[in-house]
Amino acid sequence: MTERVELAHNAAQRRVPTMVNGKPQIPYLGVGKYQPRGRKQAPPVRSSKDYPENGDKRLPDLETALRKCGLRDGMVISNHHHLRDGDRVALMMLEAAAKMGVKDLLWFPSASFPSQKDAIGLMEKGVIHHIEGSMNGPLGDYCTQGKMRGMGVLRSHGGRWQAIQDGEVHIDIAVIAAPTADAFGNADGSHGKSACGSLGFALADSTYADHVIVVTDNLVPFPCVPWQIQGNNVDYVVEVDCIGDPAKIVSGTTQITRSPDRLRIAEFVARFLRDAGIMKNGFSFQAGAGGIALAFVDYLRRMMKEDGVKARFVRGGSTKYLVDLLREGLTDYILDGQTFDLDGVKSIANDLRHVATSPFTSYNYHSKGNFASMVDAVVLGATEVDVHFNANVVTHSDGRLLHGIGGWQNCLFSGCSILGLPSFRDRIPVIVDEVTTLTGPGEMIDVVVTERGIAINPLRKDLLDAVKGSKLPIRPIQDIKTEVEQICGGRPARPKLGDRPVAVVKWVDGTVLDTVWQVG
Amino acid sequence: MTADRKSAEAGHSGKDVRSDLHVAIEPRDSGGIELGLESRVGPYYGEAILTQARHVLETLGVKNAKVSIHDEGALPYVIAARIETAVRRAGLANSHKALPEKIAPPAPSAIDRLRRSRLYLPGTEPKYAINAGLHGPDAIILDLEDSVHPAEKDAARTLVRNTLRAVSFGACERMVRINQLPLGLEDLAEIIPEAPDVVLIPKVEHPGQVTQVDNMIAELKVRHQINRPIWLMPILESGQGIESAAPIAAATENVVALTIGLEDYTADLGVVKTAEGRESQYGRTRLVNAARAAGVQAIDSVYSDVGDMEGLKQWAEAARALGFEGMGCIHPAQIPVIHAAFAPSAAEIEKAQRIVSAFEDAQQRGVAVVSLGSKMIDPPVVQRALKLVARAKSMGLA
Repeated sequence: MTERVELAHNAAQRRVPTMVNGKPQIPYLGVGKYQPRGRKQAPPVRSSKDYPENGDKRLPDLETALRKCGLRDGMVISNHHHLRDGDRVALMMLEAAAKMGVKDLLWFPSASFPSQKDAIGLMEKGVIHHIEGSMNGPLGDYCTQGKMRGMGVLRSHGGRWQAIQDGEVHIDIAVIAAPTADAFGNADGSHGKSACGSLGFALADSTYADHVIVVTDNLVPFPCVPWQIQGNNVDYVVEVDCIGDPAKIVSGTTQITRSPDRLRIAEFVARFLRDAGIMKNGFSFQAGAGGIALAFVDYLRRMMKEDGVKARFVRGGSTKYLVDLLREGLTDYILDGQTFDLDGVKSIANDLRHVATSPFTSYNYHSKGNFASMVDAVVLGATEVDVHFNANVVTHSDGRLLHGIGGWQNCLFSGCSILGLPSFRDRIPVIVDEVTTLTGPGEMIDVVVTERGIAINPLRKDLLDAVKGSKLPIRPIQDIKTEVEQICGGRPARPKLGDRPVAVVKWVDGTVLDTVWQVG
Repeated sequence: MTADRKSAEAGHSGKDVRSDLHVAIEPRDSGGIELGLESRVGPYYGEAILTQARHVLETLGVKNAKVSIHDEGALPYVIAARIETAVRRAGLANSHKALPEKIAPPAPSAIDRLRRSRLYLPGTEPKYAINAGLHGPDAIILDLEDSVHPAEKDAARTLVRNTLRAVSFGACERMVRINQLPLGLEDLAEIIPEAPDVVLIPKVEHPGQVTQVDNMIAELKVRHQINRPIWLMPILESGQGIESAAPIAAATENVVALTIGLEDYTADLGVVKTAEGRESQYGRTRLVNAARAAGVQAIDSVYSDVGDMEGLKQWAEAARALGFEGMGCIHPAQIPVIHAAFAPSAAEIEKAQRIVSAFEDAQQRGVAVVSLGSKMIDPPVVQRALKLVARAKSMGLA
């Protein structure tokens, strides 16, 4: 990047670029302050006369399909990440493009994974111009070291839908890996040797992209049921031997952490939900697949049984632990955004009460409401949190990209957003004066649970009152911070970050919340 | 260079190592200190580590050496201990110690305090110590004996010393298990100045071993001006130890409890240790009896299957029924199970409370005989009820 980047202070007092990859940006204005206008985007109108009447849209290989979709320099091409670190389709697509001699693509995955590190070579060769989507591991380092030609754009799952729907990102060609599909393009994620459960992350791509290609290693005769992706949106279907490595798509059985400190945090979180009166008949919660979140579900399950409490719905990332709740009648439904283990995949394939959702139903902020704000409590992680409850989830405290945002930002709209964190990791305090990268505004974060105590955001007087008289170790966040700094031998030095933006963090409404700066 | 100076190292590093560091030191004849640092937390604490390392080397009188540190996020008290160990092993140290800042010690420990659970912490593994107190055992044990490799005894001693100085264990009683005598006496010289609350003496077979330890502690307490009790808990781990249980329990007034080491005891008997523990029933009952005779607590061994909470519960309930007042634990998850098992039942507490109020009522009226309804209550029953109610209160049950 040679152009000079103009920076502005946004409403969170963070310096953010006003132009990103040649497009003007709106700096973050505050929660709920930006009013979108205009109409949603739409793909071109098509006619059935141009598609085979017998519904057979098969082509022999991906390169042919890309050619027929008119792939050329500078296009935006997308993938979903339901196959996680086991995915083979994204690289198959990028390598086909390289073979065709195409340059300067914008790769727009719903998330990237370490196994896709070969994308670095394709960026060096000029095939990919830049990536918009979460980056970690080698791709994250490549971006933070300032080697990518364009700026990275990190969006939440809901924010990605919003960007596509609002026309911030126009997908030219979506390539959708499908564990099961028919020749018409109907596709499903919960069956087949590469089953991954939900295909929700691919739904926006299939609806809004100019061209859609389905790639499957399990072609079934029409109809493919259920059709999470509708063939009516699909141009071509390509059959391949293998779309991914099953061992890396889902884990066997996810194991609960044995770390006593993490178990303690998980138990505090569960007790907090119980003692604050959130755990009651008909309630709902969401928990991810991290060690603390899994253990939390197990503690909560026992407390729900003891108190005879049943949830109306729980939201996943589903795992065995959510599936157990469903089987034991402790929840009526699982509303599942992605499926992490074999128990989850089996359950979503066989149990009508285990429902696949999409970022549209769950998270999209630019719509007529979404599920996230209807959830009573959510348990999340973070890399850092400051004394005003602002939190960072995308960078390590040395500024390197570490995680995508995932559904994290979207989940903050729940009735009670809880961060479960160890108070320090490897001597590095987690509660800091100022977060390295702002990912969630403090006004949205209600409770920080550490092994040394529970801090409640002073804005939530209702929660502070609700747990008065309980045995929970409620402490001011500053108190925990001071104690940890004593243990760690003083405040950590702040690592020096560069002054060149390499990526931006978007808020759920598409405004720019913060900047990731070049490191090293 | 003199003959006894040599290159040396201490501590651990590597991808899977947490909260520790590796220090390598090469003595030199001139050129000052050449300090190298690689650290997982370099951007945050790199400068602080270098400053601390220079300070520790200066305190220990090291003038010329190459020192390479590979840090995995160790806390300052660990850094000091590892550097000191490396310097001593290299034969470069003067008589000073590189002591970390001392935190306020907890209140002295009462002779008959609750000792339901004691959590074992290996003496050379810094990562377990820092949050151990949070899990709420009645005591933590910093172990210098079986969990420490013979070649690491010096390192463990220095680390345990620093741990006692710098780590807060909250309301836990701080215990140290020293090595079998005579090595254990060297341990005492290093750790007694930091005033642990209880010293566990392993493999005790006769009362003389207890008095030897007690005398040395007394001497060290005077020398280091320590004015708080340091109690003793002999561990009986052989047929001979069990046979001498009564004189061992009465060896000095500083003995607060007897405990048993079942692995070694069953090995000594030549029997297999089973989950039901029938093979050690005699030894354990005899220990309880000897402890009661001397007016000290009887504490059981550990339950070594950390995955089997039901087995632990049954073991602990059976131990309480035999007269034990607590047992050891090797994982924090065992603590709540043990505490529940050693807690008196609601019915026991209620009955004791009724006896206590009858006693108080009798005292107020100046009557010597305590009666409950038509029943006369014997003084030992009153005493037991008073003790049980006090216990229940300290457990938060009454």
